[in-house]
Amino acid sequence: MKASIGGYTRAETVSHALSLLAEANGAGRLLAGGQSLIAALNLGTTSGDMLIDIAGIGALRGARIDGNRLIIGALTRHADIASDPLIAEHAPLLAKAAPLVAHDAIRNRGTIGGSLAYADPAAEYPACAIALDATIILEGPNGTRQVAAQDFFLGLFETARADDEILAAIAVPMAADGERHVIREAARRSGDYALAGLAVVRRDGRHRIGAFALGDRPLLCEGAMAALDGGDIDGAVAALATDVDPTSDTQASAAYRRHLAGVLLRRIAIDLGVG
Amino acid sequence: MTDSFQSRIDLEMTINGEAVELTVPAGRHLIDVLRHDLGLTGSHVGCEHGVCGACTILVDDSTVRGCLTLAAQLQGCEVWTIEGLTEKGVIADLQKAFVERNALQCGYCTPGMLASAKALVEAEGVPSRETIREHMSGNYCRCTGYEAIVDAIETVARQRADETGARSRAGETVAKARAGARS
Repeated sequence: MKASIGGYTRAETVSHALSLLAEANGAGRLLAGGQSLIAALNLGTTSGDMLIDIAGIGALRGARIDGNRLIIGALTRHADIASDPLIAEHAPLLAKAAPLVAHDAIRNRGTIGGSLAYADPAAEYPACAIALDATIILEGPNGTRQVAAQDFFLGLFETARADDEILAAIAVPMAADGERHVIREAARRSGDYALAGLAVVRRDGRHRIGAFALGDRPLLCEGAMAALDGGDIDGAVAALATDVDPTSDTQASAAYRRHLAGVLLRRIAIDLGVG
Repeated sequence: MTDSFQSRIDLEMTINGEAVELTVPAGRHLIDVLRHDLGLTGSHVGCEHGVCGACTILVDDSTVRGCLTLAAQLQGCEVWTIEGLTEKGVIADLQKAFVERNALQCGYCTPGMLASAKALVEAEGVPSRETIREHMSGNYCRCTGYEAIVDAIETVARQRADETGARSRAGETVAKARAGARS
C-alpha cells in the first residue's frame, strides 16, 4: 500500500527536532532511516503522522569514546555499525549483530537508534543492549535522561521514551580484555526477523543473556545466566525455557521457539568453551 | 497542519546523471516518483514493505529499497536506476552473464538483482558462492531457483578479478621495466 502521512519536515538540530515534536502536538513521529517506520506506514499500521526527518542531524551519527563507555549516536547506520573499527574493538557484540539485521539495502539506511526506539521484540539490538548492560540516552525538553537498557524496553513496541523525547544515543561499557561476545539466531531466510535469538556477553566470568523473538520484549535470562556461570549447560537450557516467554504465530509455535532457544544456547556454550 | 510541516516537498536530485527538480507529495515513495512521475519503469514494485527486493536501486552509491524510502528524504542525493546503469554500461558484463546463464525468466526481480549484485562484484576479490547467496538474500526470485543467478554473479566477479589482476600484473611489468631502465 501507499504511505499515508499528515506532513513532513526536516530537523536541523536536536533542539529543533524537540520543538517540532512539541509543535506536532502528539502527532509527531521521528523519521531516521525509515526502514521500519515506512514499512509500518505502507502496511497501514500507522497513518496521519507528522514526520520529523532527523537524518540530517550530524551530531547524532557515529561512535566515540567517553571515559570507559562507547557512545554510539542514534543515527549510526547498521552498515556503519558493522564496519566501524571502534565498535568492532569496544562493542564487538553490536558489530556481530549488524550483519544479521535484514539485508544489505536495508542496512545502508536503517539506524541503531531507530531499531532501539521501535523496540521490535524480534530485533537484534535491543537484546544486545540488555546483554551489554548498556544505557539509552534520551534528550527531551527538560534535558538529558539516561535509562538502563533493562528498564527501557517495556513491552511490544513500547519503551520508556516519552513522546516529547528523542533517543539520542546508546552508551555501551567498553569491552575489557578477555570479554567474550556472541550472538546467534535462527531465521527462515538469512536477514529475516529471527524465530529465536540470543545475545550473550561474558564479562569477568559472569554471563549476561539477552533473548529476542522469545517474548513481548527483549528478555534478560537470569536463570540461564546463573546456571551458565556455574558451567551447567543442561541446567542453563532448562532455566532458559522458563526465562523466555514466546508466543505462537504463523512463523513458529511457542514450543518450537523455546526449543530453538535451547539449541542456540548449546551452540553458544560451545562458542564460549563453557562446560 | 502546523506551519513547519508540509504536504508537498520541493526537491533537487540527480537521477541517472541528470539534475532534476520536482515537487512531490510528502509521503510519496521514491519508487513511485521514479516510475509514475518520471516514467522510469525499469525498477519494479513487489511487496511494498521491504522484503522482496524488486525495487532495489542505488542512492549515493549504496543500494536502498525504493519502497522504504520517501522521495522527500533524498534532497540533494544521486539516484541510479537500471535505465541509467544500462546506458552508462557499468553493469554490461553482469547483464550479459545473466542472459547467458539464464539467470532470469520473467525478469520482474532482475533490475533489483542487478543493483544488489553490482555492489558485490565491485568489491575486492572473488566472493564465495555462500557469500553471494548471503549478499543476495534480500532479493526474491520466484522463477530461477537462484542457482543461475549465483552462477552469473560468480562468473562476473571472476572476470573482474582476472582483469584487475591482469592490469596490476601489467603495471608491475611496466614498473619493473622502468626500474630496469633506471638501473
